[in-house]
Amino acid sequence: MPEEIANSNQITKSIRDGFGEGLVEAAKNNKEIVVLTADLEESTRVSGFAKEFPERFFEVGVAEQALVTIASGVANYGKIAVATSFSVFVPGRCLEQIRTTIAINNLPVVLVGSHGGFSAGADGVTHQALEDIAITRSLPNMTVVAPADFYEAKKAIISLLNLKTPSYLRLERDASPFLTEESSSFEVGKARVLKEARDPQITFFGYGSILSEVMRAALELENSGIETRVVNVSTIKPLDEEEIIHSARVSKCLVSVEVHQKAGGLGSAIAEVLASNFAVPLEIVAVDDSFGESGKRDELLKKHHLTSSDIKERAMLALQRKSEHILVQ
Amino acid sequence: MSSYQDLEIKAREIRKLVIKSIYEAGSGHPAGSLGASDLIAAFYFKILNHKPTEPNWPERDRFILSNGHICPALYAALSLSGYFPVLEMNNLRKFGSGLQGHPHRGKLPGVETTSGPLGSGLAQAVGIALAARIDKKDFRVYCLTSDGEHDSGNHWEAVMVAAKYKLNNLTLLIDRNKIQLSGNTEEIMPLEPLSLKYKSFNFNVLEIDGHNFDEIIDSVYKAKNYKDGPTVIIANTIPGKGVSFMEGKWEWHGKAPSKDEFEAAMAELEGGN
Repeated sequence: MPEEIANSNQITKSIRDGFGEGLVEAAKNNKEIVVLTADLEESTRVSGFAKEFPERFFEVGVAEQALVTIASGVANYGKIAVATSFSVFVPGRCLEQIRTTIAINNLPVVLVGSHGGFSAGADGVTHQALEDIAITRSLPNMTVVAPADFYEAKKAIISLLNLKTPSYLRLERDASPFLTEESSSFEVGKARVLKEARDPQITFFGYGSILSEVMRAALELENSGIETRVVNVSTIKPLDEEEIIHSARVSKCLVSVEVHQKAGGLGSAIAEVLASNFAVPLEIVAVDDSFGESGKRDELLKKHHLTSSDIKERAMLALQRKSEHILVQ
Repeated sequence: MSSYQDLEIKAREIRKLVIKSIYEAGSGHPAGSLGASDLIAAFYFKILNHKPTEPNWPERDRFILSNGHICPALYAALSLSGYFPVLEMNNLRKFGSGLQGHPHRGKLPGVETTSGPLGSGLAQAVGIALAARIDKKDFRVYCLTSDGEHDSGNHWEAVMVAAKYKLNNLTLLIDRNKIQLSGNTEEIMPLEPLSLKYKSFNFNVLEIDGHNFDEIIDSVYKAKNYKDGPTVIIANTIPGKGVSFMEGKWEWHGKAPSKDEFEAAMAELEGGN
C-alpha cells in the first residue's frame, strides 16, 4: 500500500473536487446547508451545489468581507453556512470579520479557502496562500483542516458541516495523488498514520498533497535501512496531541512538512506540544519567511526546498541531532 | 407634540440608564447612545415583535446593532423590556458582567450578535434576511448603523448584496448624527449626498427626524409595505440628545462624564419634559 501511494502519481483527482462532491452529498441530506461564494463558483467547486440547490446558493461578488459577514448572518439565523474563496483572501482579506462575527459568535460557518500553498503557482506571489493556517489556527473556537487528497476532502467537508462550530478548510487546486482510500476513516481532530513501522527511527508529519513528497522521502529512507513512519495531520487544530506525543516517544525524531510559512504553521503547532510534553529533535520543513513567485508547483517546491530530496536531507539532519541528543543524555 | 408620550417616557428612562451606567463604568460612549435612544425606544417598546422572556423565539424580529459602542442604550432598552433586571445596568463594562463594553453574543439575553468593529452589521442582517427568506419566515430584520461606519467597505458590499437580492424583509436604519470618533463626519470622510447614494444603490430611501416618534413609526410602517427591495431610513439625530452640554459635540463620542457632569446630566434628564 505505501509503495503504491508513492508510485500512484498517475491516478489523481483534485482536493477541491473532493470538497465539491462532498458538499453536494451533504446538502442532499441536510437542507439547512447554505453556500455563498465571492465570484469563485467554478474555481472553488461549488457549481454542483449551485446547480442542484439554487435557492440555497448566494453569489456576493468580489467582496470577501461581505462573504464572511453574510455567512455569519446566515448561521446566526440557524443555518449552516459555507463561504468559499481563495485561501489568500479567506482568511486573508477578512480576518477581523471572521474573528468577530464567526469565531467570537461561535457560529456554524465553514470557511473554505481553495488554492492553498503553491497550488496557484502560475498566478504568482499574490495568489499563493502561505499564511492561512497560522491565521486561522490562532483563532479560538476555530477548527482547521487541510485534507491530503480527494477522498479526504470529501469526508472533511461532511464532517465539518456536522461540527456546528466555526472551521476553516484549506483546499488545493490541482489533481494530486491519492494518499487515502475511499473507505479510509476520517475524523476531525484525529491524525492518521499513512505509513507505520515496527521500530521507527523517525516520524514525518504533514498535511495536504505535499504528503506524497513526504511518502516518497520516507520510502527512500526505508530502502536505505531507516525505518520511518508517516502521519497525515489533516486537522491542524485541534491538533491530535496524543499522536504527536506518541510519535515523539516511539521514534524520538520528527520532521514536519507543509507548504506554508514556517511561522505559525503545523511545525509550530507540533513544537508547542513537544515543548511542554516530550521534547525531541524536530525539523520543520516549510517556506522559510519568504514569498513565492510565478512558476509551476514543482519549480516552486524546488526553490523553497520542499521536494522529497529536500525532505530526506532534513530527515538526515534530524537523525543526526537525535544521535547527538542521545549521546548528551 | 408626539402622540407617543409612553415612548418619550421610555426614552428618558433609557437616557438616564445610559448616563448612569457609563458614569459608573468610568468609560463608554454617551453621545451616540443618547442620540439613538429615541430610535431604540421606538423599536423595543413599539415596533419589534419580540418576547423578552423567550429571547431566542425563532419568529422574533431581529434587531442587529451594528455600531456596538452605543450598547448602553441597547442594554437599557433590553433591561426595561424585561430581558434581564435593570439593576444589572450597574455592571456595565465590569469583569464578569454580561454587559460587555461592546455587545457579545451569548453573554446577555437579547443581544443578537457580537458587534463593535464597524461596518459589519448590515452584512450580518443581510445573511439573516437571506436565510429567513429560504424558510419563508415573516419576521423583519432591522439593522441600526451609525453614519461614521459608512466609511467602511464591508458596509457598502452588503448594501449591494441587499439590493441584488431585493431584500424587502430588511430595513436599514442610519443614526445620522454627523459625528464620529475624532470629528464631524463631513470632515473625516464626507458622506453626502447620502440619500442619493442609497437611491443609486437601488434602496428605497426614507429620511426622518430620529427624535420624532410619529416619523420613526410611520417610516418603519412604510418600509414594511415596500415590496420591491430593501429600505433605508436615514434618521437625523442630535448626538448627546437630552443632555444639553453633550448635544452636537463629537468630543462626547467616547468619554464618561465626571461626577459634576453626571449630576448635571441626571438633573436635566430628571427634570426634562
